[in-house]
Amino acid sequence: MKELLTGNEAVARGTYEAGARVCSAYPGTPSTEILENMPQFKDSVYSEWAPNEKVALEVAYGASISGVRSMCAMKHVGLNVAADPLFTASYNGVGGGFVVITADDPAMHSSQNEQDNRHYAKAAKIPMVEPSDSQECKDFMRIAFEISEQFNTPVLFRMTTRVCHSKSAVELGPRQEIAVPEYKPNLDKFMSSPAAARIHHKEVEERTLRLEEFSNHCEINRMEMNGPEIGVVTASICYQYSKEAFPEGTSFLKLGLTNPLPIELIREFASKVKKLYVVEELDPYMEEAIKAAGIECIGKELTGLLYELNPQLLEERIFGKKPAPVELGVNPVSRPPALCPGCPHRGFFYTMSKQKKTVVTGDIGCYTLGYMPPLKVQEALVCMGGGFTLAMGMAKGFEASGIKDKKVFGIMGDSTFFHSGMTGSAEIIYNKGAVVPVILDNSITGMTGHQDNPGTGLTLQGDVADVIKIEDVLAAIGFKKIIIVDPQDLKAMDQAVKDANESTVPAAIITRRPCILIKNIKHDIGKCQVDPEKCKSCKMCLKVGCPAIGMKDNKAFIDQTQCVGCTVCAQVCPFDAIERLGD
Amino acid sequence: MADKVTSAILVGVGGQGTILVSKILTYGLSSAGYDVKMSEVHGMSQRGGSVSTEVRWGDKVYSPLIGKGAADIMVAFEKMEALRYAEQLKPGAIAVINDYSIESSTTAAGLEKYPEGVLEAMQNYTRCFIFNAEAIAVKLGNPKCMNVVLFGAMAKVLGLVAIDWEKIISDVVPAKLRDLNLQAYRAGRDAVQI
Repeated sequence: MKELLTGNEAVARGTYEAGARVCSAYPGTPSTEILENMPQFKDSVYSEWAPNEKVALEVAYGASISGVRSMCAMKHVGLNVAADPLFTASYNGVGGGFVVITADDPAMHSSQNEQDNRHYAKAAKIPMVEPSDSQECKDFMRIAFEISEQFNTPVLFRMTTRVCHSKSAVELGPRQEIAVPEYKPNLDKFMSSPAAARIHHKEVEERTLRLEEFSNHCEINRMEMNGPEIGVVTASICYQYSKEAFPEGTSFLKLGLTNPLPIELIREFASKVKKLYVVEELDPYMEEAIKAAGIECIGKELTGLLYELNPQLLEERIFGKKPAPVELGVNPVSRPPALCPGCPHRGFFYTMSKQKKTVVTGDIGCYTLGYMPPLKVQEALVCMGGGFTLAMGMAKGFEASGIKDKKVFGIMGDSTFFHSGMTGSAEIIYNKGAVVPVILDNSITGMTGHQDNPGTGLTLQGDVADVIKIEDVLAAIGFKKIIIVDPQDLKAMDQAVKDANESTVPAAIITRRPCILIKNIKHDIGKCQVDPEKCKSCKMCLKVGCPAIGMKDNKAFIDQTQCVGCTVCAQVCPFDAIERLGD
Repeated sequence: MADKVTSAILVGVGGQGTILVSKILTYGLSSAGYDVKMSEVHGMSQRGGSVSTEVRWGDKVYSPLIGKGAADIMVAFEKMEALRYAEQLKPGAIAVINDYSIESSTTAAGLEKYPEGVLEAMQNYTRCFIFNAEAIAVKLGNPKCMNVVLFGAMAKVLGLVAIDWEKIISDVVPAKLRDLNLQAYRAGRDAVQI
């Protein structure tokens, strides 16, 4: 039976078919739907949202130590968070097969950097598998588990946005039940002491030699000989692009296992063609190794280091086939993503946009969008959990340089708070930071499409969970004044910021209102309308940055299809020209 | 190698339902025996930003993604987005355009001006089918079904008559929205003349 699946759905299916029993992840585009598709198999596979990627990797690795096949999944930057246990798991080896999925995001559709996680496989000295379509996503999961067990190592399963989010036909198969051996403690293997690590490191180097040999002969590294003129070494989605961009008669060396690279196979392939190309996105990961082995090839000087490729870009960059220039005479204006109409974060950002002496450091989530005009709140953003700690560093920096008129607010969402905001909160209390942490609690992990977290009361598998209250955590850490406010009530929001600013004890703010897009709760939906008689065209309402408000015939106008009646614009209007209908 | 492959690009604004339409399209094409690939974007760009979904079908499709000058048909759910992705079209390609505009956050805030003459520019550039799918959807009682109205027009223009789209739509949309979406599909078909 064939089904149309995205790469992420196919990976979930492959995990199930391979007999895995434990899966853990923290959501992150483009990897999120892998774990979202696991609960359908909950009779055979336990799956969960972990508070962060490091936890996810450790949980999956612990399951492997217990003897079962396990998997964890994350976006590329998530592997930075989880890198610590990965490198040591490489030394220790595995119990049951253990696969770590990284989903890279070339072109940064939804990411803050474009790092190439193939380097992690090399740095951690673990084998890496790269599928190029949905069928391979499913099939390679089984192969990855087998390599993991055969070579006693974690396996990195590297995907990219276009592999994750492309749909193609997949032949489904039955689940393979894997017998789990009786658990016996193995301290030499799993207690990572210096003494053990010295032995393990030697084993890792020997393992790499065996994997190199394996890579030269394994079924997922294969030659397609179509002619002697041009040869292309490629992997992942670039294989699909190359198949369309190169002329008929081109031969391919299609790699599925890309660490260690099959250098002898590449050498053999290179000897069969007159001209050798290496086609890969981002860094010259394969090209450098191939050149280092003394094999001549053409790569990044034509294909480039930045963003995504596609068949047309390859044709243009390799064969000089430029598309005809398009001149329409009219140009579109930019359309950046924006906070949705009714987004609870809008009230907070509007309030902060009026503060003259505050510095706001941001974090990763929908609320990142608050930096854009007209709100323009947040001055620095780096990573998950960085909102509080960047704030701390800036406050200490201002203190050290004698700047006294700045107050620093650090912001992050509820899911991000559980991800890595609790340690930052402890830092603020422990080291006496002049910082107000603000948790923008919309009761969901928003940007990635509504996943539950330790604050929502539900698990990935749909079971009821104990709610961990953010205010209780903050109180336990030592915040003496915790202000909980509805951000859509601008007066209360204003007062909350004022109170936090003037507090003589450590203060924190929780802005609490569920995301307007959450489906299973009843929202107070209505419509706001402008009375054109009362509107004085002052454009104050445009300052809340709502996509539903614009100007029409020199009066404010609210798009009734988009408006949900949150009234933030109405509260801002100095002339009471905006009213919510039916109230 | 891609000669026998047809490429479609669905463009619009996050939240307009391009993904549902690409789902209907891919399931229909797949059930008719075509090799199909589709590429969509999730995450940040969905929040009111510009979005595009690409669907390709034929005897054998490798790449889920196309580049400039490669699409046979575009369906623009919002008219300015047609301009943005016009360079993706092959010479002589078809554009089905919703005569409907959504302010961008920058035009709403008065920072940029929504362009004039969008439809004329597209008509001068390629073969267009233009109608207001939003008005039809509102008449049917739910502006959200504008996406399936556009799909109806697309299906007619594509001429894939062997596929029972009404059955595919019934299979893909939730049962309680089935009748609405079937009406939307039919209204979309009737909205364009080929």
